[in-house]
Amino acid sequence: MSYFAFLSEHGITLLLGTVTTIKVLICSMILYVVISMIFGLMRLSKNLVIQGIATVYIEFFRGTSLLVQLFWVYYVLPFFGISLEAFVAGVVALGLNFGAYGAEIVRAGILAVPKGQWEAAHALNFSPAKRIKRIIIPQIFPIILPPAANLTVELLKATALVALVTVVDLTFEAKQINSITWLSAQCFGTALLIYYFMARFALVPFLRWLEVLAARKVGRGKA
Amino acid sequence: MEMGFRWDFAYEILPQMLLATFNTIIAAGVGYLIALVVGLLFLLGQRTPYKIINVINREIVEFIRSTPLLIQLFFVYFVLPQFGITLSAWVCGMITIGLHFGTYLSEVYRGALEGVSKTQWEACRALNFSTLYTYRRIVLPQAFPIAIPGMGNYLVGIFKDTPLLSTIGVAELFHAATAVGGYNYRYLEPYTMVGIIFLILSVPAAMWVRNLERKVNIAQGKIKK
Repeated sequence: MSYFAFLSEHGITLLLGTVTTIKVLICSMILYVVISMIFGLMRLSKNLVIQGIATVYIEFFRGTSLLVQLFWVYYVLPFFGISLEAFVAGVVALGLNFGAYGAEIVRAGILAVPKGQWEAAHALNFSPAKRIKRIIIPQIFPIILPPAANLTVELLKATALVALVTVVDLTFEAKQINSITWLSAQCFGTALLIYYFMARFALVPFLRWLEVLAARKVGRGKA
Repeated sequence: MEMGFRWDFAYEILPQMLLATFNTIIAAGVGYLIALVVGLLFLLGQRTPYKIINVINREIVEFIRSTPLLIQLFFVYFVLPQFGITLSAWVCGMITIGLHFGTYLSEVYRGALEGVSKTQWEACRALNFSTLYTYRRIVLPQAFPIAIPGMGNYLVGIFKDTPLLSTIGVAELFHAATAVGGYNYRYLEPYTMVGIIFLILSVPAAMWVRNLERKVNIAQGKIKK
């Protein structure tokens, strides 16, 4: 079977799987960004309880394997009466796992904001919440976006794992086609190429654009 | 089905899990050794004076780095036999992990080499040292400490990615947990134990790496004691 014939027969299925992969990516991206912001700030709290909770969360999710967390959420939570749909379980596990890594990036970003900014905000009598929201957060984006971009590419790669908890994404479809046709080179090769193109020509340019935008917002980039 | 964590069941499957943990550690160790060597090969490809090799090398590294390890595993495991190369799941897994993390390690090596000040090279040229001698006695001893934290991070990273090997049938910890769970229709204890074993092994390892990183930073004068 020629590669063209393979594509015309199974291309649509792979594309549909790709759409699911993109959905998983977007949902887990939103979740992980929110989680990393919250826990990154909690990690820097002066309250030892809040700081402790954040540290335990981060160490736990960075210390265990994503696959184990995924299976735990999908297969073990039902024992406690919480049954999540495969898609939701996948997004939750990805979001929690990458949120832990992201929180460390946010923490480092906040610490990298010059001390003078804190002092100036203090001197102007800004409330603590306003200090964080209006002065510190806008300045951390140019600092955290480059490492966050790397993490997001890792996230795209990690979405492949949700296929193992029966989410019908690109990896799942590729596996499925492989078990029907045994055209392994074609189906896994195509899947690899799709992931590669998504990362290299969609996700990475988008993240670079965000970096430029963030740098411009604080007056560091080219106008 | 009985709800809650059953300690007697957990105790019963403990020996099996510990045995499989041993396999996981071996898989991570062997995969890491291969990755260290592959990383060196990619580094060589990057630093040869031939432009065409540099470009091909960079594209290969980019491709491997931006595609999921899981599909790479499937690719190696299912496609090689079609070309008459039949390897066991273990060998496939080790090759794929080695290749995948080798690309990351080549970046660590590159960063470390670039971390050595340019003036060191110039001084060696002025002293008429050969390139090999410069690498061996001047550059590598300075680059190695810079590379250590990154190398340690990827050792922990490989360890945490070994559960993926279970998808092609390597009998490591996660594979054992799935098998035990399927046999007894109870996933709570096996998967929880896998999580705990991973925590016990990787949190101290990660802390050790972070400590090393701090020591290197102090030695480099980046932060104060």
